Amino acid sequence: MAKGVFAESGADLRLEGIKKRFPGFTAIEELDLTIPAGSFFALLGPSGCGKTTTLRLVAGLEEPTEGRILIGGQDVTRTKPFQRPVNTVFQSYALFPHMTILENVAFGLRRRRIGDPVAKAHEALRLVELDHLAARRPAQLSGGQQQRVALARAVVNRPALLLLDEPLGALDLKLRRQMQLELKSIQTEVGLTFVHVTHDQEEAMTMADTVAVMNKGRIEQMGSPEILYELPATVFVANFLGQSNLFAGPVQESGGETIGVDVGGERIQVPRSRAQRTSGYVTVGVRPEKLTLHETPETIPSGANRLGPGRVTDVSFSGVSTQYLVDVPGLGTIVVFAQNTTSGPVAALGAEVWVAWDPGHTFVLADEPPADGRFSDDADTQAIAAQARERMLTELEEA
Amino acid sequence: MALAAFTGAPPTQDQEPAVRRKSGIALVLLLPGVLYLVLFFLTPLISLIITSFQAPVVDGDIGQYQTAFQWSNYTDSLAEYWPQVLRSFVYALIATAAALLISYPLAYFIGVKMRGRPVLQNLLMTLVIAPFFISFLLRTLAWKAILSDDGWIASSLKAVSILPPDAHITGTPFSVIFGLTYNFIPFMCLPLYSTLERLDIRLLEAGQDLYASPWTTFRKVTVPLSMPGIVSGTLLTFIPAAGDYINASQDFLGAADTSMIGNVIESNFLVLQNYPTAAAMSVVLMAVILVIVGVYVRRSGTEELL
Amino acid sequence: MTTMATPTDTSTPPSATKGRRRYKGIGLGVYAFLALAFLLIPIIYTFVFSFNDAIKNNIAWRGFTLRNWTNVCDAAGICDAFMASIIIGIISTVVATVLGTMIAIALMRYRFRFRSQTSLLLFLPMASPEVVLGAGLAAQFLSLGVNKGFMTIIIAHVMFCISFVVVTVKARVASLDPALEEAGRDLYGSPNAVFWRITFPLLLPGIASAALLSFSLSFDDFIITNFNAGAVTTFPMYIYIAASRGIPAQANVIASAVFILTILVVLISQLTAAARAKRLARQ
Repeated sequence: MAKGVFAESGADLRLEGIKKRFPGFTAIEELDLTIPAGSFFALLGPSGCGKTTTLRLVAGLEEPTEGRILIGGQDVTRTKPFQRPVNTVFQSYALFPHMTILENVAFGLRRRRIGDPVAKAHEALRLVELDHLAARRPAQLSGGQQQRVALARAVVNRPALLLLDEPLGALDLKLRRQMQLELKSIQTEVGLTFVHVTHDQEEAMTMADTVAVMNKGRIEQMGSPEILYELPATVFVANFLGQSNLFAGPVQESGGETIGVDVGGERIQVPRSRAQRTSGYVTVGVRPEKLTLHETPETIPSGANRLGPGRVTDVSFSGVSTQYLVDVPGLGTIVVFAQNTTSGPVAALGAEVWVAWDPGHTFVLADEPPADGRFSDDADTQAIAAQARERMLTELEEA
Repeated sequence: MALAAFTGAPPTQDQEPAVRRKSGIALVLLLPGVLYLVLFFLTPLISLIITSFQAPVVDGDIGQYQTAFQWSNYTDSLAEYWPQVLRSFVYALIATAAALLISYPLAYFIGVKMRGRPVLQNLLMTLVIAPFFISFLLRTLAWKAILSDDGWIASSLKAVSILPPDAHITGTPFSVIFGLTYNFIPFMCLPLYSTLERLDIRLLEAGQDLYASPWTTFRKVTVPLSMPGIVSGTLLTFIPAAGDYINASQDFLGAADTSMIGNVIESNFLVLQNYPTAAAMSVVLMAVILVIVGVYVRRSGTEELL
Repeated sequence: MTTMATPTDTSTPPSATKGRRRYKGIGLGVYAFLALAFLLIPIIYTFVFSFNDAIKNNIAWRGFTLRNWTNVCDAAGICDAFMASIIIGIISTVVATVLGTMIAIALMRYRFRFRSQTSLLLFLPMASPEVVLGAGLAAQFLSLGVNKGFMTIIIAHVMFCISFVVVTVKARVASLDPALEEAGRDLYGSPNAVFWRITFPLLLPGIASAALLSFSLSFDDFIITNFNAGAVTTFPMYIYIAASRGIPAQANVIASAVFILTILVVLISQLTAAARAKRLARQ
């Protein structure tokens, strides 16, 4: 990347066979990723999944143990951060406290000896509507303002790649929403490639064109937010993005357009295109908001998948929707979200109900179902501990 | 942490140790300083050990020695000077205890009672370390003058018959220990303050909420929690006090029969030119110190040292 | 009209408890005042006696005079000793601060082997009694046949100051957000640029207080200096030698002046920092 020249537009990013080991643990097991130029890309995952490490590898603040990093086709794996056309917006903003925000924004321009740094810095500050505070120090600004300065400081350098490390974490809800829209508009306006790291799935889905869900140092699934949500590939993704109802059962029929899985005494139909596996014992799932509650089986439309009967054990009103918990014997608890289009709950506490849904909303996941047929939210700390314990026990047995 | 408190550095929130980078730069940064210390701290200590075994040159002048393996240097000097050795540690112990008793309430007042008024806290701590800014020798001489027989303290004590008419205050073990205590109060107070300043007051409130009287709360909550500061302060006071010789010197607050190891080392080295004896006593003193430091390091590791 | 429930509070009325609490608090405050006064007694004594119209020794009070302050250098050799201490102090401070700062940065920011051994090596000079340090260095100079003088004093002072500099700067480095340096590198700063434009300016307060500390330690040092001075006389040595004869009041003058200067520097820096913090908080 020639010194003193802005990138023409965003560049694409390729990570090939990346592995990153730290003394004592492996942050990234195996990472292969291509991010097309000019897109808004989100790396989503729980704490410790390796997403921040990935960002730091791209920025050059860490070196990969194995693998290559290519920006715009050029291998930058061994280059230092100041040699890469990449800029980062840090989680803590990292604004230099001993400089004015104008000097902060101009810092990168000066280092690259780009002409007229002050004017360009003012321009960037105008973009984030903070030019009137140019002479202030970071300590004199509010959190939201500091965040915008951090953004201006990165954007002013017109990097080929802009990395954002959970930049909205410290802001309150309203400000966060506002900043999400602003970030998106700046990205489309300037045409840079944004890589946004976050653990907030709502944020990732609102802002990004493409989302990659990371877990334990690997990408579990990548795609548009819609695909990830409507067609999760693994239990982790199904539980991390929104909520899912998951069941286990054997595939009984697999000819034709759909496959049929036996769950709770009913035959569940799944379109073949929505099944990651089509034989053996599989995990079937459906999102809570796709379910409808019926007091008698007669009201269930023909061709719909259904489960039941079960008893309503909880009704929770939350403004837009109401959450029902239905306990079906032998299956566990099913979660149902019903939009409050009518006032008052659809079913009463303790009532006997059936749940039904359009088969086109079902999905079959790639994972093997667990032996006891019960799924826990992977991101739940107790679940993680339990899984770790099980893993250790099996390791000890095998040893 | 021990010495950070001593230097008055503000108690800082340690950043979670960012994964430190491995780099050759570290070596470049470290080498000059470390080399310097190896050259001018470790090597002299080794020099001392070698000197402590030296024997006088036969038919040589005073002050001429040759390398030998004279263990008798140790046995002879210990036989001759064991009173001073004992005295040094006893005086240092008493002075440390006194300094602790005096400093703790002071540190408590500034660190706990004055919480929430940082400007005042800093001001008061500046007053605590103010004695550092005036010459150590002059401070001690000032006490010598104040406590002298003609001074008003001695005369008024004699007037009320607390002191017999022909007694002195200066030149006694009391005055030496007094001087040691005074001079090392800041060393004791700073680490105590540093720990007490960070004490979570809500823990004290919890103690009282659970039916503990103020005295019990102090005993069972405050004191254990301030242990790191107490340990630091004790180390920082006891060690220099044991080796001090100014306070015990005859020109200052001491007399012929209050001399400590430091006086022995000084007189043997600078006056008698009996280097082996001076070196042997230094090694003995250093060995005791190293044992104490070793116990401390064994319990708390080396990360907290600095 | 709403009715108020009558409080069934059976505790002692607030005024009594507040009085009692304030009374208890006073005890500790009075003690603190007395303790601080005790600490300041010799300082006040030294200051007062700098105005004593004394001949020979400065023990008995003979009368108030400004003569000692106006004719400071009248006492033979005192100003030479003072200048010697100043020069030694400045040189030692510069060297110790540079070496110590480098070590502090290395300790905080980088991984390296022999970490705990280095920490121990740095800690020991602070923990060792001055007699041992002084005698050791003197023994070494003796066996190497080096003449004792200015250089040996400076070497000794740098040796015991390094550790204190490391501790002070390390505390400051610990409070420095590593993300700031990463941001510097991310924004195209070469390692040089990152250090001089970001790390160093932010470390400066810590380095400054380390330098101040180092200078005070060097200026006031007696024991180690005495062992390694040879023919040179520093200010503390002057006082020690004069102690048997009688210390001239001019020594009090110099000591008091140094004290006032140092206290002013410390107080001013504290008050300006407090004022700045208050100004920032108000915005």
